[in-house]
Amino acid sequence: MNTLVTCKDLTKAYGKKTALNRVSLEIESGHIIGLLGPNGSGKTTFIKLLNGLLTPTSGEIYVKKLPVGIESKKIISYLPDQTYLNMNNTVQEVIDYFSAFYADFDAGRAYQMLDSLHISPKDRLKTMSKGTKEKVQLILVMSRRAELYVLDEPIAGVDPATRDYILQTILTNYDPDASILISTHLISDVENILDQVIFIKEGEICLQASVDDIRMQHQKSIDALFREVFKC
Amino acid sequence: MEGTQNTKIPANKWNLASDRPVFIQIMEKLKLDIVTGYYLPGDKLPSVRDLAAEAAVNPNTMQRAFSELEREGLVYTQRTNGRFITEDTDLIDLLKQKMALDAISGFLKSMQQLGFSGEDALQLLKEAIKEEKE
Repeated sequence: MNTLVTCKDLTKAYGKKTALNRVSLEIESGHIIGLLGPNGSGKTTFIKLLNGLLTPTSGEIYVKKLPVGIESKKIISYLPDQTYLNMNNTVQEVIDYFSAFYADFDAGRAYQMLDSLHISPKDRLKTMSKGTKEKVQLILVMSRRAELYVLDEPIAGVDPATRDYILQTILTNYDPDASILISTHLISDVENILDQVIFIKEGEICLQASVDDIRMQHQKSIDALFREVFKC
Repeated sequence: MEGTQNTKIPANKWNLASDRPVFIQIMEKLKLDIVTGYYLPGDKLPSVRDLAAEAAVNPNTMQRAFSELEREGLVYTQRTNGRFITEDTDLIDLLKQKMALDAISGFLKSMQQLGFSGEDALQLLKEAIKEEKE
């Protein structure tokens, strides 16, 4: 097991507003980690810093001991909270694009997943429902053989049956040495597949622990603990 | 998966409650599968990954449950070959006894909560068994 991500005093401020305040943490390989926090707690800011879409105001963030950059993007497969695909493209065109762009992209895997979700590769993205678009994006992200998958709200827009399929897809499609970081509000849906959770509150990490340790210690689910910690 | 079993005994369901550690609940479910005969002594267990996917749990958690079962001697690993159910039938009988005692103590606790003494509970139990037979 080795360390994939290391942060030291990572801080991001937007003008006077501090979105992330001196966050220090490590993410190791071989885990599925939930990044949990209420709206505006800094989840997406953290994820964007990890993917080089924002630069830190202060502090450091390293991916496998290297600063965020081309090398880190090669090993991180990122599902953003908003789509960036060209809606005029067909799924097949997007797959060709991903194949050309990412050395670790496995097109066979993508077609297989599309098939089991009954999505035709010839369909154009703009003709698809919101949920189907989300499925396509997740398939693209999970078809890379990455070392770290960063999924920002991957299941928010899909129905419960598809949610189960997506979680199944996540479980069966990642390398045991890879890690997955999932940010979500839908804790009860994902908590059985997580083995670690990070609670983030007003830009600060307030808990990083193993799911079973939390259940043992507090005798309650992660969902119940979340509601308690973040009670409004 | 049922197809590979030479017995018709069905597997128990994955009913994972959210307020208790998952690995403990996995262990309980697999123990039940052993005691009810879904897994027979010497049977090969599915891989961590397959069983984790079936139960929709984290593979690390499944791994932990397997390790604990191994520690208790109910499961053993054959290098490169996989994991197998113990062939020690005495151990399985012992497990069955223990699970029965746990069920009884749970029953007695519930009856106590309802205000029945052990004697009263026994009387009611006898009546219930009689009725079921009829």
